[in-house]
Amino acid sequence: MNRREFERIIRGEIALPDLMVAARRETLKHFGRTIQLYAPLYLSNECVNSCIYCGFNRRSKIKRVTLTLEEALQEADCVSREGFEHLLVLTGEYPSKAPVSYLRQIITELKKKFTSISIEVYPMQTEEYRSLIEAGVDGLTIYQETYHRPTYQAVHPDGPKRDYDWRYGAPARAAEAGMRKVGLGFLLGLYDWREEALKLAEHVSSLLKDYWQTQLQISFPRINPAETNYQVKYPVSDADFLRLICALRLLFPEIGFTLSTREKAAFRDQIFQFGMTQMSAGSKTAPGGYALDAQSGKQFDISDERTPQEVVAALRAAGYEPVWKDWERILG
Amino acid sequence: MYTVEMKDLLVIAKKKFKSRLLLGTGKFSSPQVMKKALEASGSEIVTVALRRVDLENPRDHILGYINPKKYLILPNTSGARSADEAVRLARLAKAFGLPTWVKLEVTPDPRFLLPDPIETLKAAEILVKEGFKVLPYINADPVLAKRLEEAGCVTVMPLGSPIGSAQGIRTRANIEIIIQQAKVPVVVDAGLGSPAHAAEALEMGAAAVLVNTAIAAADDPVAMAAAFKLGVAAGRQAYLAGMIGGSPLARASSPLHL
Repeated sequence: MNRREFERIIRGEIALPDLMVAARRETLKHFGRTIQLYAPLYLSNECVNSCIYCGFNRRSKIKRVTLTLEEALQEADCVSREGFEHLLVLTGEYPSKAPVSYLRQIITELKKKFTSISIEVYPMQTEEYRSLIEAGVDGLTIYQETYHRPTYQAVHPDGPKRDYDWRYGAPARAAEAGMRKVGLGFLLGLYDWREEALKLAEHVSSLLKDYWQTQLQISFPRINPAETNYQVKYPVSDADFLRLICALRLLFPEIGFTLSTREKAAFRDQIFQFGMTQMSAGSKTAPGGYALDAQSGKQFDISDERTPQEVVAALRAAGYEPVWKDWERILG
Repeated sequence: MYTVEMKDLLVIAKKKFKSRLLLGTGKFSSPQVMKKALEASGSEIVTVALRRVDLENPRDHILGYINPKKYLILPNTSGARSADEAVRLARLAKAFGLPTWVKLEVTPDPRFLLPDPIETLKAAEILVKEGFKVLPYINADPVLAKRLEEAGCVTVMPLGSPIGSAQGIRTRANIEIIIQQAKVPVVVDAGLGSPAHAAEALEMGAAAVLVNTAIAAADDPVAMAAAFKLGVAAGRQAYLAGMIGGSPLARASSPLHL
């Protein structure tokens, strides 16, 4: 599919049921009837930014926590007991509370418990990514949030996150450092999703050319009310959400797609087969949320509150095989 | 009913197989469906991605469904993007007691999963020296195929088209040359979307085919596995019967002594 066809789909010129049939077929061809499972592990909710849609916004009156190594391992054990082999480690942006050295230390230990570790943290320099890869990280997720610069400036009123270009360059820096998997996306609801989709496609296409050895992934985070009560200016309907997934699936048939527990259980069950290749399950979005009962502030509200086993049962009922392990430590 | 002679066996590294259909185990909706598809296919060689297997867990769900007495388990190095990673994966499998046969896959390009010829040759040379039976996945490159054969690989496995693309044999001209020149069995791997594609490979004189997606992602994988079994048998029988319209390159003709 070329860019012009992609634009036609985005603009709504092709009926959704036709797209769904084609997207499902492409997904099956490239990924079969499997969904890889992962769990997020929040290490810290401390943040110097004030992203107006985010629960970790520095102005939010929430309990702030940065886990110690021991606490992080307790949380990790809880996640590991559920069967997870793929872990996504997250923090806010507060480099003096959760510096690269802190992440390095914790990831070195976590790597003993999980086959694959990805990070979703503040943008870093190439050398910093390299040092985390050495510690055992194989994946990075970093959303641009919005590709529309005026909106970007408006929703990031202060803090280091105001630097659009520094964030935009993060996936390339990580790939340059040798990161195996790099996940991109935009936050659905901040700006017109159609414009965002075109810019995301551009970002992905240019990375594919520059870093052909990097496994790119796309996520679809749709804003959920966090502790901030952010009023979504550009709500994305379920039908449009599905259209976006199908359009990107047809444009990039070989790229992995991720769906988080931001979406409701019933909706996830309905749409995953039109493009998804990995999903989270049983997620907690506050540091200490699994084992410590820390009462700390969360980043966003979870909509799919099922346990991992319940998600697994739903996948199986739909004729899909949940995949816990799809990596090997040797692979870096 | 006319059947292929019982003596017509596939021989790889002196080991004999009745079936010329090798199966991949990825992308199935469940291990139960995979097991039934294996049975329906009549296959005797089954490849398993080491990255999907939990070697430390003896009850691992994929290996638990494949009877090693019935099938030759062929560990593959899927995910490796360098010779070094592939070699380490193969050694890991050996350390855990899996067969020392290895389907060598070195694919630095995670999007189309196309094999790296240089790293593949490098890894093959190391693994052959260490006593592995190496079955390398390659692009349909006749020179590389000869180099790998000379390095001691027990087959070559050229791709028909990119993995999962179901486009069939788009590399026909080069696969014909590979088959004509090969002293080891040629197994066409990747891109076969239908039993007709498998039949085509066998008609061309390929010794076998390896199929995964076309079976695993079919609406009815078990029925599709049975269909591929028939396609492979038909292609082989046609090849042995001698087709009148075959490519002059694909048919071995007696040299004239003038």
